[in-house]
Amino acid sequence: MKVLVPVKRVVDANVKVRVNADNTKVDTANLKMAINPFCEIAVEEAVRLKEAGVATEVVVVSIGPKVVQEQIRTAMALGADRGIQVEANEELVPLSLAKILKALQDKEQAGLVIMGKQSIDGDNNQTGQMLAALTGMPQATFASEVKVEGDKVTVTREVDGGLQTLSMPMPAVVTSDLRLNEPRYAKLPDIMKSKRKPLEVVTLDDLGVTLKQHQTVLKVNAPAARQAGVMVSSVEELVQKLQNEAKVI
Amino acid sequence: MAILVLAEHDNDTLKAETAKTVAAAKAIGGETHVLVIGHQCDKVASTAQTLSGVTKVLFVDSAEYQAQLAENLSNVLVDIAADYEYILAAASTTGKDVLPRVAALLDVAQLSEVVEVISSDTFVRPVYAGNALATVQSHDDKKVMTVRGSAFDAVANDGSAELMTLSYSTAATTEFVSQELTVSERPELASAGVIVSGGRGMGNGENFVMLEQLADKLGAAVGASRAAVDAGFVPNDMQVGQTGKIVAPDLYIAVGISGAIQHLAGMKDSKIIVAINKDPEAPIFQVADYGLEADLFKVLPELIESL
Repeated sequence: MKVLVPVKRVVDANVKVRVNADNTKVDTANLKMAINPFCEIAVEEAVRLKEAGVATEVVVVSIGPKVVQEQIRTAMALGADRGIQVEANEELVPLSLAKILKALQDKEQAGLVIMGKQSIDGDNNQTGQMLAALTGMPQATFASEVKVEGDKVTVTREVDGGLQTLSMPMPAVVTSDLRLNEPRYAKLPDIMKSKRKPLEVVTLDDLGVTLKQHQTVLKVNAPAARQAGVMVSSVEELVQKLQNEAKVI
Repeated sequence: MAILVLAEHDNDTLKAETAKTVAAAKAIGGETHVLVIGHQCDKVASTAQTLSGVTKVLFVDSAEYQAQLAENLSNVLVDIAADYEYILAAASTTGKDVLPRVAALLDVAQLSEVVEVISSDTFVRPVYAGNALATVQSHDDKKVMTVRGSAFDAVANDGSAELMTLSYSTAATTEFVSQELTVSERPELASAGVIVSGGRGMGNGENFVMLEQLADKLGAAVGASRAAVDAGFVPNDMQVGQTGKIVAPDLYIAVGISGAIQHLAGMKDSKIIVAINKDPEAPIFQVADYGLEADLFKVLPELIESL
C-alpha cells in the first residue's frame, strides 16, 4: 500500500510573527521556516507504517514555490521515498489545496493519505476533510492512534469529551493530532541520502486543475495588546486583589 | 439570507456552543434555523427550540447519526444547503470535522474560527496562533464557517421555534467502534467562568489534585498546557491552546505554565489572568493581570486555605 503525505512549509513554530507595516499580511520575510509540526507527525506515522511492513511506499507532496523543496527533502530525510512539488506561487485556500491533492491522489492511488490536522499559520483545519470530500473517501480527523488491518484502518480520534475510535475502509484520509507520535530527528547520513531521492516537479496545468478565487484578505491586524499587569508578593494580596479590585471571586 | 446552524450536542444535552453560534448568526442577520442531527435526541431539539431568535428547528433522528460521523452528517447538510446562504457550526471537534467536508462538497471555501462579523460577506478570524487577525471577504455564494464560541455571548433561551422533522438515513462507510469520555463533575472547560490550569511545573499528575481542590473552591474547570498533557499528567481534552481548546473565562489562573505562544493562543482573551510561576522571566507574566512569583507547591495550599 502506498501512503501519500502532504506537507506544508510554514514559519517555525517558535517564532513570534508580526503584522507588516501596512496591515496587509504577516511579515514572513527573513523568518526561519520549517515543516509544519503536524505534517512532521504525519510523515513520521507514514514512515512507521512502512517500517512495520504495512506501507510499501511513502510519497510526500508539497504545494508552493521552489523553496518548499527544502521541506520535501526534510521529509525524505525522515524516511519518505520520493517527493512531488506542485508549483504554485500564490497563497491558496484549503479548498484549492484539496483540489490539487485530489488530482494527485487520482494519479497516485494511495491507500492512505496522512496529513496534519492544521497548519500553524493559517490555522484552518480544513484541507484533509476537503480532500476526503472531493475524493469521496472516509475521513478520520485528529488522530492519536492509527492501526491498519487488512483493507481497513482503525483510528482513535481526539474529540472534545475524550477519545473516539472509528474504523473505515481504505483508501481513507487521516489527519494527525499532536499525540499521534514523537517525530524522529533526521541523521546526517539520512539527510545526505535524501538529496539523491527522486523529487518531481509538476504544474497545475500538468494536473489539469483550475482554481477559483474564493476569498480576499482585506487586511491583517495585530490583536489588541493586553495591559501590563501587577506583581503581587503574597497569596493574601492576590486574593484581596481578586476580590476587591478585579471582583472575579 | 437564511442561516443554518448545526447544533452541537451529545444526543442528550445541547451544548452552550450552539447558543454562541446562534449569536454569530444574529450578528449576520437573517432568518436562523438550527439543525439537530443525532439519535434519540428529542431533548436536544426541544432545547434548541427555545434559543432566542431561532425560527425553525430541523430535526433528523436516525440510528446512523448516533456518532455524528462527518461522512453521513455532511450528506444531510449538503442536501439541505440549497435553502441557505450561510451554514454555521461551532468550532468544536465535531464542527471542525464536518463543516470543511460540507464546504468542499458545495465547492465553496470555508472560514474557520470566525471571531467577528463585519458585514454579510466579511469576517475576522485569527491566524498564526492568534498573533494576527485577518479580515477576510468571501466571494462564494454560500458562506460556510465555524464560529469561535469564546468570541460570542450565548443567546438567551426565550424563543419558541417551530419543529420540523426531516427524514434522512444516509449510510457511512465509516464505522463507530468505541468512545472513551473523560468523566468530570466540574463545569465544561469551553464554557466555564473560572479556569484553573496547570503546566509542566506541576511535576506530575498527582499534584493536579491541588488544582482540583482549588477549582472546587472557585467552581472552576481544570485545564492544562500542552506540556502537562504530553507528559501524561492529564488527558488531552483538558488542553488549552492553539491545538486544544480556546477559552475566554472571567478568571484564568495559570499555575506552573511558562506561557508559550501555543498556550497563549488558547487563553489570552480571558478577562483576568493570574499567573503563579517561580520563574520571573516566564512569558506568562507579560499577559497576566496579577502575577505571583513563587513556588506553586508552597502557594497553592495557602491559596486553597484562604478561599
